[in-house]
Amino acid sequence: MDYKIILKEISEKLGIEYSLFLLRDDEVYLKVKLDDFKNICLALHKLTSSPIASLFALDVRKEKGIFEIYCSVMSAKYKKWFFVVAEITQDNPKFNSLAKEIYSASLFEREIKEMFGIEPVGNPDVRPLRLHSEIWPKGAYPLRKDFNKPEAPGKTEDYVFNKVEGEGIFEVPVGPVHAGIIGPGHFHFSCAGEPIINLEIRLGFTHRGIEKLFEGKNVYDALRISECLSGDASFANSLSYSCAVEKIAGIEVSENTRMLRAIFLELERMYNHINDIGGIAVDVGFSFPASLASIIKENILQLNEKVTSNRYLKNVNSIGAIAINWDKDKTQALRESLKKIYKDFKEIKEILLSSVSFMDRVDGTGVLKKKTAEDLGATGLAARASGIAVDLRKDFPGIYAKADFNPIKQETGDCLARLNMRLAEFEESIKLIYWFLDRITPQAAAQNSYNIKEGFALGFTEAWRGALTYWVKINKEGLIERCKITDPSFLNWQALSFCVLGDIIPDFPLCNKSFDLSYSGNDL
Amino acid sequence: MRILKNRILKGIVTKPLDKNFVLGEELEIVGAELKKIIQEKFSRSLHVREVDTGSCGACESEIIATTNPIYDIQRFGVSFVASPRHADCLLVTGPVSKNMALALKKTYEAMPQPKFVITLGHCALDGGIFKEAYYTEKGVKNIIPVTFHIPGCPPKPLDIMKALLSFLKKA
Repeated sequence: MDYKIILKEISEKLGIEYSLFLLRDDEVYLKVKLDDFKNICLALHKLTSSPIASLFALDVRKEKGIFEIYCSVMSAKYKKWFFVVAEITQDNPKFNSLAKEIYSASLFEREIKEMFGIEPVGNPDVRPLRLHSEIWPKGAYPLRKDFNKPEAPGKTEDYVFNKVEGEGIFEVPVGPVHAGIIGPGHFHFSCAGEPIINLEIRLGFTHRGIEKLFEGKNVYDALRISECLSGDASFANSLSYSCAVEKIAGIEVSENTRMLRAIFLELERMYNHINDIGGIAVDVGFSFPASLASIIKENILQLNEKVTSNRYLKNVNSIGAIAINWDKDKTQALRESLKKIYKDFKEIKEILLSSVSFMDRVDGTGVLKKKTAEDLGATGLAARASGIAVDLRKDFPGIYAKADFNPIKQETGDCLARLNMRLAEFEESIKLIYWFLDRITPQAAAQNSYNIKEGFALGFTEAWRGALTYWVKINKEGLIERCKITDPSFLNWQALSFCVLGDIIPDFPLCNKSFDLSYSGNDL
Repeated sequence: MRILKNRILKGIVTKPLDKNFVLGEELEIVGAELKKIIQEKFSRSLHVREVDTGSCGACESEIIATTNPIYDIQRFGVSFVASPRHADCLLVTGPVSKNMALALKKTYEAMPQPKFVITLGHCALDGGIFKEAYYTEKGVKNIIPVTFHIPGCPPKPLDIMKALLSFLKKA
């Protein structure tokens, strides 16, 4: 099917004028007037039945005297990412909010408001997400090009939590420093008796200003930053980023390299999934399988180190290439280790699924309804556990096209569904790695240096948490002008706050672990 | 039943699992020394409270790895505790995001005397890769006094144990 059907629909039925200005195999850019921006986004949202994948702004006041706003919607059916682009004048920085019609746009609009000072007119909630108002002065917009770091905090204000009122309602604040060895975040529960009535999650505690840090860097320095965005997904981050740069520069990546990348991506998925399987067991107090899981995780990390010299697959990926040697010994080592790992894994799976008291805790706990997940724009594993078939490895298969890849889906959306997802994806990953291992040939580490052209593109990967996208724009000097990162955790944190409703606080750690979202990836 | 069977079959995993995953005797030697020093200086146990002030999560993952059955740092006397009130030592990762500065200070103040602070990972030292970022405090030392630093991005579990040992030897 052709994506032009959608464009035809937009121009004929809605009568919206647009101009196409950049076409790639998988990206379509439509430029519209700001007045039409909202309508065309709503239309695309409906026609593709997809949430907003990303919504972001650009400061091009120096070149053109305007801000630009980009909205992207992914269509699995037409295998395209649609981008709607509009111009916003600098004297009157406003646009009509999409949030009331499309909930998944809401957080992105808050982000645009705090980073650029562009007002989403009609969004009921414009509280800052990451620049906490207690310490950050009003009117300092970091992603504007003329931003200067404020010296003094200036005028600040307290953050107002949503309040649940009524007889016997009490609040439980938790964090930012938690009891475990984990990232910081604030959870604000409102309870009536035992059940949770409302959970508001306040994040941003690990905000470092990464998107700004990217600006003005050359593409190789920026690659290192992308690896430090979220330590447990560093390969997926560097892969998404380098895909964007490769598209801009028109670099053809060899099939062998792409297969190697897929192997590393799957290894990353495996060690994180087994970590979470163990984490779920810990949170119900079932320590034996948890210990076994942490042994498997350690084994995979040591395996990573053995084949790439880095436990977290940092410094492995490069622009257009892989920065390490690959030889037959490594293929063999991977094969042998995976065999042992799989044996241990089967053991855990049987122990967990045959324990009645364990199953009792996870079954039916923390249900994320399909409708809720769709509205929130949930992505990746969390969405698939609730019955939404989204997986970039299938929707934009690339190197996975030939591999015998079965996307996995569950229907119930509870902790058990997410556990089953992880168990099944772990096995699928092993299968995929074997498939790729059968086909790769040894290759030497590449030291490429490319001429980077001006341009922009979207890089995307199905990271272990879900769709991870980097939209990168490079200027004439070959330096990064803007980099918009959309981490799968960004929208999925919302899903967590909805799935715990009606459950009790002691089940919260279990629900939290079943999602295992990234603090640093969300906070940027 | 299955658990029992598995336990007997598996034996003690802190010994090298198989020749693919050799940690060797180094771990045991470092561990034994660590245990001896903790016995002497901290009357058998060193309690550590960990705070993430904006790290990418890899450092946390490695700290957790020191507690897995392969390294099992607890058998040498190091425990990670849930509250700063129980802690002898604060272990801090990350470049200190502005949002975490107050929380870090409060955590430090909540600890009983005597207390000391160890930083872990490149960004905790001086901000590392995030040094130029607008929202970081360029390292933990700008917020609370730091006694010792464990370098790495992230440091491996055995390196964490070795660094801890070398510090305790000197202290």
